[in-house]
Amino acid sequence: MGGVTYMTWVERRVAGIVQDRLGPNRVGPAGLLQPIADGIKFLFKEDVVPPHVYKPLYILAPALSFVPSLVGTAVIPFGDSLHLFGRDIALRVADLNVGILFIFAMSAMGVYGIALAGWSSNNKYSLMGGLRSSAQLISYELAMGLSVVGVLMAAGSLRLNEIVAAQGEFRWNLWYQPLGALVFLVAAFAETNRAPFDLPECESELVAGYHTEYSSMKFAMFMMAEYANMITASALMVTLFFGGWQVPGLGRLSLPPLAVSLVQVAAFLLKTGFFLFLYVWVRWTLPRFRFDQLMDLGWKALMPLAVLNIFWTSWAILSGWL
Amino acid sequence: MPVSGVSYLPILIFLAVAILFPVVSLLLARVVRPSNYSRAKMDPYECGVETQGEPRQRYSIHYYVIAVLFVVFDVETIFLFPWAVKYRALGLFGFVEMLVFLAILVIGYLYAWKKGALEWV
Repeated sequence: MGGVTYMTWVERRVAGIVQDRLGPNRVGPAGLLQPIADGIKFLFKEDVVPPHVYKPLYILAPALSFVPSLVGTAVIPFGDSLHLFGRDIALRVADLNVGILFIFAMSAMGVYGIALAGWSSNNKYSLMGGLRSSAQLISYELAMGLSVVGVLMAAGSLRLNEIVAAQGEFRWNLWYQPLGALVFLVAAFAETNRAPFDLPECESELVAGYHTEYSSMKFAMFMMAEYANMITASALMVTLFFGGWQVPGLGRLSLPPLAVSLVQVAAFLLKTGFFLFLYVWVRWTLPRFRFDQLMDLGWKALMPLAVLNIFWTSWAILSGWL
Repeated sequence: MPVSGVSYLPILIFLAVAILFPVVSLLLARVVRPSNYSRAKMDPYECGVETQGEPRQRYSIHYYVIAVLFVVFDVETIFLFPWAVKYRALGLFGFVEMLVFLAILVIGYLYAWKKGALEWV
């Protein structure tokens, strides 16, 4: 029952963060109702399904990209546990013992959505976008997976909440594995197809990449998938390297348990919010990569750095420093 | 903590909701949206110009090479995961063992690099 309650909470949080934009300020106070207006507009837009698409996959693709992106958020621990009315409520939707593998599996599912969208659209720009996206996603997934290995070594668990707990209030993985954190951050940007790695969309060469031929609600689903992926990536970044819901020095203040839980959730949301802001910030700051540069960065820079991080962490643990 | 399917129950509920959303929204959109047929709308979208050539073009072999390399190194990463989780228990033995494992893979990686599989022309 607690799970369902928090699930709707997470859903609303996802919806809330999707609003992250400065432009619209007419609908509601400071444009806060704009996303609702957008949703209604998407719903009422004509859905053009051109005759040249392969229909079954064309319709399946947006859902295939949207569903895993949402399910992936389920295992993120946004707080330790809430002690309310004599019961402990774990502050996460699901506590899997293979939490991090689950997230990787879900993010890998997203590749199918994009690749199928590009292929089934039967538009040359879509196909190019889909191909680029698939190549990019699988390349950076390697670097991402390798950069996480160091964290797993330090925590000795795949369970996300234990990874957070192992970091303690001060011993965030960031301080011990800055290299891993850097690789993960860059790979996370690439995995979510965000600028400067937004080559699959790349409007100056590919019209709109894999979703060129999509309109109405189907297009909206790709957009929501992108934002949901951003949130998962930011939350994962916080969980793995920035101590999750841990707040330095909170244990010394001897606050009541309820206040501690609330402060921890707030800290987690704040940290995640920072990385979401970083996404937007970077998008409007950096120019786009060229495709060969993108591949070079992934394979020739991030991969070796990630392996180096593994060596460093294993040596540090062995020598008892970590 | 006991390992059981129970911990997956919230995931299933989440999955059901996540699947329900596209289905419901697409069906709802089908009811309320307008549908004005126009010949021009049905063309492949290429910024307004006439469609040039076939959508199924030949594309670079490198996409396949990247995919094959991905399979090789992703399996490597998966092998690393259980090792990483049990690393503290394995100690020096685990360290040396993984050094050998990674060394073999690094040789493969350097070979692929040297052969130009990572170059994008």
